[in-house]
Amino acid sequence: MDITFKNVTYIYQKNSPFEHKALEDLSFHIPSGSFVAIIGHTGSGKSTLIQHLNGLTAPTEGEVQIGEFKLTNEEKPKNMKELRSRVGVVFQYPEHQLFEETVARDIAFGPENFGVAPEEIKKRTKEVLRQVRLSEELLDRSPFELSGGQKRRVAIAGVLALKPEVLVLDEPTAGLDPRGQREIMDMFYELHQQEGLTTVLVTHSMEDALKYADRILILNKGKKYMEGAPEEVFTQREALQSVQLDVPEIVQFLSAFEEKIGVKMPFHNQTIEELALEIRKIIKGVEET
Amino acid sequence: MRKALIEFRNVSFRYSEDEPWVLKNMSFTIYENEFVAIIGHNGSGKSTVAKLVNGLLFPQEGEIFIDGVPLNEETIWDIRRDIGMVFQNPDNQFVGATVQDDVAFGMENRGFPREEMVKRIGETLAAVHMLDYRLTEPHRLSGGQKQRVAIASVLAISPKVLILDEATAMLDPKGRKEIMETVAELSEQQGLSLITITHDLSEVVKVERVIVLNQGEIWAEASPREIFSKRDELREIGLDVPFVAILAEELKRAGIKLSKEPLNHEELLEELWILHSRT
Repeated sequence: MDITFKNVTYIYQKNSPFEHKALEDLSFHIPSGSFVAIIGHTGSGKSTLIQHLNGLTAPTEGEVQIGEFKLTNEEKPKNMKELRSRVGVVFQYPEHQLFEETVARDIAFGPENFGVAPEEIKKRTKEVLRQVRLSEELLDRSPFELSGGQKRRVAIAGVLALKPEVLVLDEPTAGLDPRGQREIMDMFYELHQQEGLTTVLVTHSMEDALKYADRILILNKGKKYMEGAPEEVFTQREALQSVQLDVPEIVQFLSAFEEKIGVKMPFHNQTIEELALEIRKIIKGVEET
Repeated sequence: MRKALIEFRNVSFRYSEDEPWVLKNMSFTIYENEFVAIIGHNGSGKSTVAKLVNGLLFPQEGEIFIDGVPLNEETIWDIRRDIGMVFQNPDNQFVGATVQDDVAFGMENRGFPREEMVKRIGETLAAVHMLDYRLTEPHRLSGGQKQRVAIASVLAISPKVLILDEATAMLDPKGRKEIMETVAELSEQQGLSLITITHDLSEVVKVERVIVLNQGEIWAEASPREIFSKRDELREIGLDVPFVAILAEELKRAGIKLSKEPLNHEELLEELWILHSRT
């Protein structure tokens, strides 16, 4: 599903002394099937943006269009439930939302609420367990007996069981160790490709944004600060630093290289392996093989 | 020879008899004024080590000595004074209504005289660069600022060792950087032992020694430079090596000889610059 924001402003507690503009005149377009990373500091409006994606909030001004669903201040889609089954949101620390007695019941909770037939739920449960790489043996266990990483996968399975077309991920790797982070992100990337999902990743990690996203949207104080392909956005080091965001480490290295060695090496989303070969070419001390 | 401050002698621990051992026959020593990182994947036993050091848990086998005193139920109350801990969640460690009340809390419990408290509040908040916020309400602070106040509160009671148990895990990159810089500064100035427990290898470049845990055992104990050179092995036990170590490895593979394992961009660039200027 295509996602379009047109001049969206969102104001918390409007007409009160606590009035606060969380989003301001925000416009962007996410084509169906793309993988977008949204980056910004705490308080930049990321969470408010996410809440617009499945109709938890509607814009104060402007218009949000998600597939055929339109959200404005006056107009909410009549079939909000359908929107919510088609946009799956994995919130931060999703394992905190587990509550059922067994893993099977927890995964079934969402689809049951959306009126999916029991037979279909069984079928989906098996499928999503495979997608999150958990064994079917866990189905009768209490989710609270599982390890932290397993709990998170159960919670994610519950979202996937709705068969969403858009998957919104709010810092899905927070609190995991490096291997856990990599496994979860690789899993989402595989799902994105296999199921043809539109994926929206909210992250602090420039490295993950660089590795997985094909578009980057940078928010600052509720406004769009930058938008573009990773190699466009991440080469603007000064602009990013002026809102206290870092560039990915490879870009930092490239500019330090230029400064020290005096040879320009542009960033074109190269792998570290490719970078090593480029360096070899420049360093004259090493002969070409 | 440096004085041993924390000593684990053949320590084994499990949460109950029908559960597997979390720590298996672990022995290590941390010395006075040393800056050590304990790293390992989730479930490797690193947080259990922290809980054993300040007596939140006691081992079933082996002994733990703090500054030469065996740790047991009788000595724990004295020993806890020597050990300051900062935990993962910045929102779970505040009791005071303002930043300075919070720093005062630990000192009040220990009956410090008022003048001493005022002096130490100033000193410790200055050490973590939070002096301007002494009258701020804690909930108005960013995550990194909260953790720095938590560090100041612990420093105020002059512990012999400061343990950071994944104190940066819930922070954004900016907060993380603030804490790492603060800790590096403290290790130089304060004359106390520092232990940082983390799963992020990029946080350990400034420490003197790294203890790597894997499945309840010590997997390696070495300088960051030596640890960084074990890229493939670290990946196998669920840890990541920093960008600069991966690049160094790829450069070697591409036939560029480096004289030592680089710890940061500057060291690597220095070597490349020498190679480059040789011809």
